[in-house]
Amino acid sequence: MPYIPNTDEERKQMLEKIGVHSFEELIQAIPEKLRLKKPLNLTSPLSELELTQLVNLLASQNIDTQKFSCFLGAGVYDHFIPAAVDTIVSRPEFYTAYTPYQAEVSQGTLQYIYEYQTLICELTGMEISNASMYDGATAVAEAILMAVRKNRLKKAIISPTIHPEFIKVIQSYTAGIGLELIFCHTKDGRIDIDDLTSKMDENVGSVVIQTPNFLGNIESMNELEKVVHSNPKTLLIVSVDPISLAILKPPSSYKADIVTGEGQALGNNMYMGGPLFGFFATHKDMARLMPGRIVGATVDVEGKKAYTLTLQTREQHIRREKATSNICSNQSLCTLAATVYLSLLGKEGLIEVATQSAQKSHFLAQEIAYIPKFSLCYPETPFFKEFAVYCPVPAKRVIQDMLNKHIFAGVDLKPYGYDENTLLIAVTEKKTRTELEEYANALREMHYE
Amino acid sequence: MSKTIFEISVPGCKGVTLPPRDPDIPLDEIIPQDFLREKPARIPELSEIDVMRHFIPLSQKNHCIEKGLYPLGSCTMKYNPKLNETLVRNPAFQNLHPLQPESTLQGTLQTLYELQQDLAEISGLDKVSLQPAAGAQGEFTGIRIIFTYHHSKGNTHKHKIIIPDSAHGTNPASCALVGYNVVELKSNAYGRCDLAHLKSIVDDNTAGFMLTNPNTLGLFEDQIEEIASIIHSVDGLMYLDGANLNALLGLVKPGKIGFDLMHFNLHKTFATPHGGGGPGSGPVGVCDKLAPFLPVPLIGKNDKGYFFDYSHQNTSIGKVHTFYGNVAVMLRAYFYIRTLGANGLRRVAENAIINANYLMALIKDYYHIQYPEYCMHEFVADSTWQKKEYGINTLNIAKRLLDKGFHAPTVYFPLIVPEAMMIEPTETESKDSLDAFAAAMIEIAQECKENPELLHNAPLTTPVRRVDDVLAAKLLDTSFPIKD
Repeated sequence: MPYIPNTDEERKQMLEKIGVHSFEELIQAIPEKLRLKKPLNLTSPLSELELTQLVNLLASQNIDTQKFSCFLGAGVYDHFIPAAVDTIVSRPEFYTAYTPYQAEVSQGTLQYIYEYQTLICELTGMEISNASMYDGATAVAEAILMAVRKNRLKKAIISPTIHPEFIKVIQSYTAGIGLELIFCHTKDGRIDIDDLTSKMDENVGSVVIQTPNFLGNIESMNELEKVVHSNPKTLLIVSVDPISLAILKPPSSYKADIVTGEGQALGNNMYMGGPLFGFFATHKDMARLMPGRIVGATVDVEGKKAYTLTLQTREQHIRREKATSNICSNQSLCTLAATVYLSLLGKEGLIEVATQSAQKSHFLAQEIAYIPKFSLCYPETPFFKEFAVYCPVPAKRVIQDMLNKHIFAGVDLKPYGYDENTLLIAVTEKKTRTELEEYANALREMHYE
Repeated sequence: MSKTIFEISVPGCKGVTLPPRDPDIPLDEIIPQDFLREKPARIPELSEIDVMRHFIPLSQKNHCIEKGLYPLGSCTMKYNPKLNETLVRNPAFQNLHPLQPESTLQGTLQTLYELQQDLAEISGLDKVSLQPAAGAQGEFTGIRIIFTYHHSKGNTHKHKIIIPDSAHGTNPASCALVGYNVVELKSNAYGRCDLAHLKSIVDDNTAGFMLTNPNTLGLFEDQIEEIASIIHSVDGLMYLDGANLNALLGLVKPGKIGFDLMHFNLHKTFATPHGGGGPGSGPVGVCDKLAPFLPVPLIGKNDKGYFFDYSHQNTSIGKVHTFYGNVAVMLRAYFYIRTLGANGLRRVAENAIINANYLMALIKDYYHIQYPEYCMHEFVADSTWQKKEYGINTLNIAKRLLDKGFHAPTVYFPLIVPEAMMIEPTETESKDSLDAFAAAMIEIAQECKENPELLHNAPLTTPVRRVDDVLAAKLLDTSFPIKD
């Protein structure tokens, strides 16, 4: 039997030692009538060879981004991943271990989490990072809950330009505590600062802003921050693209109180959207209000440097219904990938990834702007690596036509409440100049009326 | 202790090089200077071999399943098949964007569709959402479903969920997150739910009951039918915490013994790696009447193929993940189920139960066992004898086990057993491996008598000695002070 080492003979010996004649004696506690009378209705077991053949067949039904050129983003990005990332993440010592409950035999995991936390602090400019959350959406939802713990104010203003799926997750996570969610208006693809100003009052506990936002545009955080902090109790929560932080100002520079974001772009494969990981960082004076695992440095009995899970008295296994969150796991292995990725790229390499993504996306945006009947939705608004385009026909049709030319053209914004002709295009450093030109040419040759 | 990655950084060193810039447009021409970072982030600079020589020695400081028994109770640290790791790394799975047209995702969608069906069959429930990213998020999703179900019927007064005192901490924390009051149910002298107490706390305000079965003592809740009938009599819903599903595979279908909904831990029952604390995956299964409330989208199938099914979005609780959950974890679970089939999964449960009982039989004369009856897939021993006689507690025993090459059991949990050691060997351990672990436990029992100092000082042979947790909380040193 696969993955079960004991033979029938050993099984017999073990039952003898236990003092029973049959397995059934061990499950006396299960009332007879509750037990299954027939086997589960599953397909027959497959050998390693047969499963490999089946899975190859399934995989051949996918068309991946190595086959077609990918311009999709909206939270998950096709950035380059150096080979050594998977070599390290594939170490059984890392991937078959669990949460580092026994610090003395988990120093490997604990140290890379400590290093990961340091990298998140360095990128964001914040003082303390947790060991990660499920994804960018839950990270920002948990940030809102943390703001409520801090100031007890039951109103949160949500920028309309944050990822629409984040909003859905925020709604799921905040419904239970009766938080009032207030949505601002947009102006030129960014949050309307006048509208935000008019909605601020003494009961606003947090304002949530994403930058670069869902549409790729960079929000004017310096001005927005002043509005948010016009109420000294209100916390500024931001969701940021970690790659962008190589070249864009860190959230500490505009006095963010809680910084979150989707971390997948840091060395993790897309896998149709999961696993992802969310990062979460804040100021030290709010450490005890934070959700999730945190690793801290300390010493062992001999005074040797060591790492351990810390501030555990916030957590569910100790505080139960009074915990700061119900989260138990983090996305440890994804943060390992991120830590290795950043270590391999280094200071200059990360700047290069961000710079080339920005350069190539702006190049493509210019090319598209020249195509008759196509225009940029927000030509005056600065963006990072993603931008919205207004097409002469529904984006859905453009996507289908481009698919025939082996290009994943972008994300149709209609399901998110935008005009059906808007297309969101993301460009990473992976795209060659030839691919960008092919994209523009393909679009030009459509001759849409 | 290894230096941190920041201390071995060499300015100018590179681990990877990107192609030359083309086009090369000056950054400040495309992004206003105001938005640009002035001082670069101090990411360490290393060659590839430096990176390898940092992380590989780090990995060697970890205990892992492939080094030895990892008997964390209720964590089901079973072997992670290598085949599944190889298969999941197929580029046609790895390089898929979640927003690609459905026609280009058919292979993965079919896999997930079949996994939904398989989990429904295994659990005896009607419909499954794969979206929750972990067990705790599965709980949250399930409790949100309970909340939304009651509210859809206008029963907004139902404000409490009942949870046994032996439950995992995530249970009450998940209920609190949804906004429920938690009422704790006492365990009886047999380590099961106290029915008299249950009857006294159930009323019309009861929204549901959250139960782990087998419970965290490794005992099957044999009064499950009566419990379900009490809860159902007030239109409460029965939630199964599926952490211990490994014990039930092919033996019992939760949906057929009174449960209305549950979550699965793919990283426990279905052999996907625990990843040093994640990513896991916590799908939720429900009976028909709760299906309209499942998160969107589900994976559907029609004559054109597989698709993201949003048809119930008006009644759904909404979303708990940006996209569809931890897909790469789901793929591995699917491979596992396909490898084992129905008989294989039943064999998993049988051997998990036999292994746990065998281990209990080997050590029961040396350690106190509060509920000494045949267990399911795990059992709870404790160190009350050692504590009373020699002043040795569970922490000391746990640390001494590390010296002997084993991971410690889950300790000080469940809370209802003083000095608890919750032991789950799983079915992937051989008899020899169990014999070796039992021998270590017995040796330690001997050491308690003959050399208690050894236990107070343990561990002695690990990469670091006993770690000062109190100091860690006091220092709150959670990031390295990088030097310019």
